Amino acid sequence: MTMLITILRRLLSAIPSVLGVIVVTFLLARALPGDPAAFYAGASATPESIAEVRSQLGLDRPLLLQFADYVGDLLHGDLGHSVSSGQAVLSDLLTRLPASVELTLAALVFALVVGMPLGVWAATRPGSFVDHACRLLVTLGAAFPTFFTALVFVYAFYYRLDIAPEPLGRLNEIYFVAPPQVTGFMLIDTLLAGDMEAFRSAFGHLVLPSISLGLFALAPIARVTRAAMLEALGSDYCRTARAMGLSGRHILFTTALRNATLPILNVLGMVFSFLLGANVLIEKVFAWPGIGAYAVNAVISSDYAAVQGFVLMMALLFIFLNLVVDLMASIADPRVRYDV
Amino acid sequence: MRPPLLSISGLDLDFRTRSGTVKALEGIDLDLARGEILGIVGESGSGKSVLSFAIMGLLDGAADLRVANMTFGGMSLDAGTVAEMRGRELSMIFQSPRTALNPIRKIGRQIEDVLVRHGPVPRRKARAAAIAALAQVRIPDPERRYDAYPFELSGGMCQRVMIAMALACNPTMLIADEPTTGLDVTTQAVVMDLIRDIARDRQMSVMLITHDLALAGEYCDRVLVMHAGHIVETAGVADIAAGDLHHPYSQRLFAATPASSDSLDDLAAIPGTLPDLRGTLPACRYMGRCDRARPDCAEGPLPCHRPSADHTVLCRYPL
Ligand SMILES: Nc1ncnc2c1ncn2[C@@H]1O[C@H](COP(=O)(O)OP(=O)(O)OP(=O)(O)O)[C@@H](O)[C@H]1O
Ligand SMILES: [Mg+2]
Repeated sequence: MTMLITILRRLLSAIPSVLGVIVVTFLLARALPGDPAAFYAGASATPESIAEVRSQLGLDRPLLLQFADYVGDLLHGDLGHSVSSGQAVLSDLLTRLPASVELTLAALVFALVVGMPLGVWAATRPGSFVDHACRLLVTLGAAFPTFFTALVFVYAFYYRLDIAPEPLGRLNEIYFVAPPQVTGFMLIDTLLAGDMEAFRSAFGHLVLPSISLGLFALAPIARVTRAAMLEALGSDYCRTARAMGLSGRHILFTTALRNATLPILNVLGMVFSFLLGANVLIEKVFAWPGIGAYAVNAVISSDYAAVQGFVLMMALLFIFLNLVVDLMASIADPRVRYDV
Repeated sequence: MRPPLLSISGLDLDFRTRSGTVKALEGIDLDLARGEILGIVGESGSGKSVLSFAIMGLLDGAADLRVANMTFGGMSLDAGTVAEMRGRELSMIFQSPRTALNPIRKIGRQIEDVLVRHGPVPRRKARAAAIAALAQVRIPDPERRYDAYPFELSGGMCQRVMIAMALACNPTMLIADEPTTGLDVTTQAVVMDLIRDIARDRQMSVMLITHDLALAGEYCDRVLVMHAGHIVETAGVADIAAGDLHHPYSQRLFAATPASSDSLDDLAAIPGTLPDLRGTLPACRYMGRCDRARPDCAEGPLPCHRPSADHTVLCRYPL
């Protein structure tokens, strides 16, 4: 019951942020350099044709009315058309977003599976060899730019060792037909289509990009796990657990680790948003048909509607992400449920 | 006399730190009889907590513990045996019960964890046993409280939960490290009465650590005064109540405790502060604060006076 109330409260508290995002994206498109009317009118435009396009686009109307139009369009799911792709921006984004999210999630899973045990292990032996090794690994992972690691990986595992598939997208489209898009996640869609071979290929294509991206997330996750575990293990309640003769396993996992999940969760939310924004370069290296490459192209070609749609979608995604993190936090820690 | 339950002689404890070796305890000898409530009194930093951690085997890696002899129930107490006894034979409760309980686990589950770990009840009966343990420490409506989290309970209630947890497996000895600090006076009395009553019922020995000489005098059979890692005086409760104390420090401590037993520590009245426990220390660590001190107080070993059978004073010039 308290859980349900928490969810409702969080949803309600997100409304102002959503409204803010809509206003900001609207203003942002107006603040971008260049004149959209001149851009849409084309290279051989005369001042008259530009003015015509301007009134066609409604750009000569008062700002408030333009905003009303914008909100009206949003309510109909209309984000305008991209000039470069000729498609509706919404459908462009919806086909490309899952690729990025899948990549980011895979990177996050990698970072978690490696980073958390590393952090826990280091925390149980502070100052030991393991602790220093952990710190070194984490520093190295964060020291190299992601695209550099990505290029090195491609060179080593594809070009030299030939154990990784070609860095060309999510699936070898010569051998496999892309499955019908259901979730947009290639791993899930291939499974839904029952195509194990394609699943394997998709998985293979995901490995290198997600590890290159995940290495970057390793540092914050391992560091915060170590710090949170050190704090938990040194706490009064862990001393109580020892005084009560509970087993080392129980103290480490049931007592300490569960108390450490809250800070880890918070960092996870931050890392996720960060990765989603940071994977543009990885997408370039692996020809990944994701949202990052799309956004960069949109900015370069002054594709206003696409930029606006991208920013709006990312902002909404972050709000949603925060919501998810908050809800998970309130599951992990009963105290969070109360001080909303 | 029957052999004591806990017997310690020649216990020294150092902490290796970056800024030098802290001589936290030196030459500790103590006996605790079965069913006895022994008070350990001393100001902050005198080594009360580290003594209890040394007994419980809960010291951290920086500690260097040396004991000539330490036995519990006739068995030698070392890192291996004490690990087997913790929570079962030998249990402990702490100051600030709110932080001493796991903040994100239901209190009933925390008691169950102890019960299941030491196996006096099968897992499927653990819930009922945990509720019974809560009822035993006089927590009203224990079925409902089983599902409470520590932050939903008052400090006094949390301390009762701690006691229930510590006593769940019927230990023969309980160490209570300032169990009532931070509780209001009424709650303090309730918690102390509870500990005393259970100790009487079960013939359980209690080591009660406190700042408060008056509190110790009220609930203990015998009191041990600590100063800067030394036990300076041991006296029966009658001597304590009468103020018949012979060590200058104990006497100051007694004078600093208002006659009414309901006040907390007011130790600011003792002149000077504890000596720095790093580096070389005189044989009598109270020397620097003592108005009776003479140069030979720096030389050991200090004589041990025995004004009566159960009364010892470690001082060259006792009162
Ligand atoms: N881990 C440690 N490393 C170094 N010194 C320590 C450590 N633990 C305790 N000490 C030192 O040992 C001495 C005794 O500390 P202890 O906590 O036992 O005092 P206490 O009598 O329990 O005080 P309080 O009444 O404040 O709880 C102090 O001088 C303290 O600085
Ligand atoms: Mg203490």
